[in-house]
Amino acid sequence: MIIRRISHFYIDGFRSMRVGRKLWLIIFIKLFIMFGVLKIYFFPNYLNTNFSSDQARAEHVLDNITVYSK
Amino acid sequence: MIEHVDLSQVNWARAQFALTAMYHWIFVPLTLGLSVLLAFFHSIYVKTGNEEWKRLTKFWMTLFAINFAIGIATGIILEFQFGTNWSNYSWMVGDIFGAPLAAEGIFAFFLEATFFAVMFFGWNRVSKGFHLFSTWMVAIGSNLSALWILVANGWMQYPIGMQFNPDSARFEMQNFWEILFSPVAISKFTHATSSSFQMASLFVVGISSWYLLKGRHQLMAKRSIVVASVLGILASGYVAFTGDEAAYSVANKQPMKLAAMEGLYDGEKGASIAAMGIVNNAKEPGDKQDAFLFDVKIPGLLSLLANREFGSFVPGINDLVFGNKEQGIVGADERIAKGKMAIEHLTVYKEAQKHGYAVQAEQALNEFNKYKDDIGYGYLNKPADIVPPVATTFYAFHIMVILGTIFPLVFLLFLIFIKKGTLHSHRWLLNLGLACLPLGYIATEAGWVVAEVGRQPWAIQGLLPVSVANTNLTTGTVQTSFFMFFALFTVLLIAEIKIMLTQIKNGPEEN
Repeated sequence: MIIRRISHFYIDGFRSMRVGRKLWLIIFIKLFIMFGVLKIYFFPNYLNTNFSSDQARAEHVLDNITVYSK
Repeated sequence: MIEHVDLSQVNWARAQFALTAMYHWIFVPLTLGLSVLLAFFHSIYVKTGNEEWKRLTKFWMTLFAINFAIGIATGIILEFQFGTNWSNYSWMVGDIFGAPLAAEGIFAFFLEATFFAVMFFGWNRVSKGFHLFSTWMVAIGSNLSALWILVANGWMQYPIGMQFNPDSARFEMQNFWEILFSPVAISKFTHATSSSFQMASLFVVGISSWYLLKGRHQLMAKRSIVVASVLGILASGYVAFTGDEAAYSVANKQPMKLAAMEGLYDGEKGASIAAMGIVNNAKEPGDKQDAFLFDVKIPGLLSLLANREFGSFVPGINDLVFGNKEQGIVGADERIAKGKMAIEHLTVYKEAQKHGYAVQAEQALNEFNKYKDDIGYGYLNKPADIVPPVATTFYAFHIMVILGTIFPLVFLLFLIFIKKGTLHSHRWLLNLGLACLPLGYIATEAGWVVAEVGRQPWAIQGLLPVSVANTNLTTGTVQTSFFMFFALFTVLLIAEIKIMLTQIKNGPEEN
């Protein structure tokens, strides 16, 4: 009963939106560009992509911050 | 040393981060401030039962929704950049940032997200009391979200409550409460939120002024102006107070930033504050040139601001770069030498650990611990590398302060003329109110320029310069994503302005 009332609350709310529909469309397009395109093709996590374990990542960073002593 | 790093790539990565952060901050302060104003408007409606206040609340709620929808997730791109462009940094701070960002997710985001729908869909569907409660929860949740991000930023400006682990290459959290209640984090949070209240008040006053200039929705506009101006004046007072606290904290924790904010090269007792000035761009630390081509100074005020004492000594850029024995200030050259020792011993420790030389590793670690507080300096080439861009920091600080001083006067004038009942006849003031809308954005962005440009070259103050924090990518890769973001954000901004202008032109009836 409560779940039905809550779901009706949201369904009625979304149905009565006017400006909101346009905003939801913008949100979905934006999230798709961000997570579906930019994140996957342009912003891979460098350490997660190139190293398989935390130990390897730590060693890589440690190498990077100590290379300056040479 | 630092010349090994491709500086053009670092600078493109910095520009990309700055671009994203500045676009993100177009949306955030309005969300923080307008959510509080909505709560006040809604409270007045519930208290009076007057339908005009309901209409007014719903109108500003629509503009809030537009800003929220366009701005949502723009901050996530900063996190993308951490993983790609700033991998050394993101690895090293992961343990510190994990806790505040998780806290944001649990306490703030869910609070905000749960009550958001009730705030928008709740009219005539839930009780008035619960509906109002939800609007307040959205305001509190939005501002709590900002707390955790600003705690993380405050830690970068003043890294405390942690220990560097030489095995994992991570700064590990030792004391969560010390990080949460760091004076820098607290002053950042209070200053950022109060200035956001001020900015949102300017937004409401600006749009209401436009309605009065056009002779439309006059009752709604005047009521909005009254509430926004009262909040604006209160917020302005708090902005001044928290700004003073922030400056005091900068003077103690980041004296170089304060020196750059004021273009102060030679420290002095009873230091003057520059009310305005034109910076001499040819000036270098240690030379004999004047710091300003033109300036107007107020004697003693900088000492009061920095140390709460008129005659006290405020160090200048030269004191911090070259040292000042009389004042007990260690020069950057000495700190660079210590930093290089730290890096050298860390290297020995790493190699000894790799080969299983336990005694040698322990000795190297003991030596490293003696110098580790200055490790960041070891990556610099020369003492003058610790100086941030002085002109940018100086101008941004003064633009912020001058505008922040004008805004409360504007709010006050609006209240005076509304009380007299003559506001509509003072078109100059209505035009000024409208002009203050973009100026509010400029002031709040300038504040972040001071905070971030003024702390260069550091990603983490004194411990990690930006040139070591970044990933060694090609310049072309970063340039490509820079222009993609520039295009995406510009489209989003145009969309926001277009949708918002349409709603404003339509007015409350059409919402």
